[in-house]
Amino acid sequence: MSRGLGNIMKKEIKELLTPSTLIPIIIFAIIFGSLGGVFGGATDELSQPPKIAIINDGTGEISQFVELDMTARSEVLYNGTDLDQAIQVTTEQGGVAVFVITPEFDDNITENKSGVINVYWILEGSGVLDGLSTDPAAAMLSQVSYDLSKAIIDSHYTDNSTVILAPINATQNTIYKGTEVPGVTPGMIMGVMTGQSFIVPLIVVMVVIYAGSMVVTSMGSEKENKTLETLLTLPVRRTYIVFGKLAGAAIVGLVLAAIYMVGLGYYMSSLTSSASLDLSQYGISLDLFDYVLVGISLFLALLSALALCMILGIFTKNYRAAQTMTLPVTMLALIPMLVLMFTDFSTLPLVAQVLVFAIPFSQPIIAINSLMFGEIGIVLVGIVYQLAFALGAMFVAVYLFKKDILLTGRVRSQQSKKRGLALWPTRKRK
Amino acid sequence: MAVIEVNNLTKKYGPLEALKGITFSVDEGEVFGLIGPNGAGKTTALRVLSTLLEVTSGTVTIYGYDLVKQPDKIREIISYLPEDAGTYKNMKGIEYLHFIAAFFQDERRYQMLERGVRIADLGERLDDRIDTYSKGMQRRLLVARALMIQPKLAILDELTSGLDVINAQTIRRTVKESAKEGTTVLLSSHNMLEVELMCDRIALINDGRIVATGSPKDLKAEYHAANIEDVFVEVVR
Repeated sequence: MSRGLGNIMKKEIKELLTPSTLIPIIIFAIIFGSLGGVFGGATDELSQPPKIAIINDGTGEISQFVELDMTARSEVLYNGTDLDQAIQVTTEQGGVAVFVITPEFDDNITENKSGVINVYWILEGSGVLDGLSTDPAAAMLSQVSYDLSKAIIDSHYTDNSTVILAPINATQNTIYKGTEVPGVTPGMIMGVMTGQSFIVPLIVVMVVIYAGSMVVTSMGSEKENKTLETLLTLPVRRTYIVFGKLAGAAIVGLVLAAIYMVGLGYYMSSLTSSASLDLSQYGISLDLFDYVLVGISLFLALLSALALCMILGIFTKNYRAAQTMTLPVTMLALIPMLVLMFTDFSTLPLVAQVLVFAIPFSQPIIAINSLMFGEIGIVLVGIVYQLAFALGAMFVAVYLFKKDILLTGRVRSQQSKKRGLALWPTRKRK
Repeated sequence: MAVIEVNNLTKKYGPLEALKGITFSVDEGEVFGLIGPNGAGKTTALRVLSTLLEVTSGTVTIYGYDLVKQPDKIREIISYLPEDAGTYKNMKGIEYLHFIAAFFQDERRYQMLERGVRIADLGERLDDRIDTYSKGMQRRLLVARALMIQPKLAILDELTSGLDVINAQTIRRTVKESAKEGTTVLLSSHNMLEVELMCDRIALINDGRIVATGSPKDLKAEYHAANIEDVFVEVVR
């Protein structure tokens, strides 16, 4: 009995644990391990003193105390009087904020008011990690406020309990990718951008996975049901068979994309409706032409996925094998989604940028964030790359459609046959 | 007049040589059978002639068209019915015939469909989904698909494999009628009786080589055998 169980288990494992199942998962693990290094680096930065700039326009010892405390708790990149220069230096050197202690700061406190500090947050991306980058500086400001409370008590600058509890009134401004958004915290911008950051990647992933698996399973079914052979002997060019299958799946994919877009758009708008910040007044928005470019990029991502899946489908033997064949494309779609949800493309290390850019499904996600800031160049390059990728993949698919491999699958070499034979007990080989 | 000419055809799957230089010809309107045991190379030969597989070496011409250089031309005049061929199971029988007819010229479509419906002889069941059909019904639909276009050459692999006697007989009769109407038929079978019943001439194939060719009557006489099965045993001995 137990021997039968083991026998069946061995057969199942052998069937399921094939190179086509293992290799994509190993690659997936390696890629995510590498990305973990990138993200780990980003989170390590959070434990370092924040890089900031200080402009102290105050005239008394209270503002002097604040400046010294900030300096002690941070890495100061700039300490001067020119705001524009401070922002430029901080941005260039990877800093996160410029703190301007106002001229009235000392008087405010002695007159029983909170001292005003104008904060200019530097936000270089809308990913989750980009948003976190300002947190250490915010924490530092809270600590300085706490230290100032103690100093006020010790030095009797005021007895006003409200001022003692909240001696600093920070006015928030954000420099988002070089554009000043006054009166807004990075968190508010992140709230608005979340919709853009999540909807497009989710649509790309859903459409690529669904439409891609349709093509692969269609090929698997054609082979399993033996309808492919009939199709290939009909008076129709192989190119038309490939394009016909791709076009059919592309149309279904676009319909799916539209449905997802409406559904997710409604979902995200209901989640972010409280964040009524209108970034378009600062020029951070998409116009009709931008939407057309994003649409083209999305279509080319879909076409690339379908052509890749068609190639994979050529190697599939049946419906069951087709299920695992979609794994590599699924992972290629998931990588840019996960990476670009955490961090902005522009803030990625160069190697990671090249890797992410090389995946044709990244382009719509990169496009929507880039077009917000009028960065059209990278979007056009991306579209040209996607077009070349899709055409190349389609060319390979058509080429393989004319080859024996379409019907015969992989042919085992003599060496692998010998290896297979070696598994038999010696007495059976005779 | 020979409409199929196969000269020294070889076919390799990697290191495996499935066809080892076969040569034969088929005349117009003839029913020609390739007979042999499983793995002899029958299906490979038919797949090569149907433009599905590439030629390793040798030459094949079908109605004057070169198989390697003009596969598109050949696909316009042939119809191939694979062994265990399937259909799109989500379609109805009549939809499947429409689907196939749509690959051909407009003016012939109605005529093709009419012929397809007649050959399938499935009555009202043609309006049902194919996944509700029995194996015999599916095979009749596939034979109808293959012959409704009145191809110049019908290539039929294991025509009645797995069918009961009644269905097998109906399908054989249909193929014979098509041959009388001018379609040249090249079929394969390991059912020696079927071949004897249907074929004008046969080629016995074994281990990728043609070992004998002739009419069933001539071969039986030559090898002093009672039937083709005995001829085959005698030839490969």
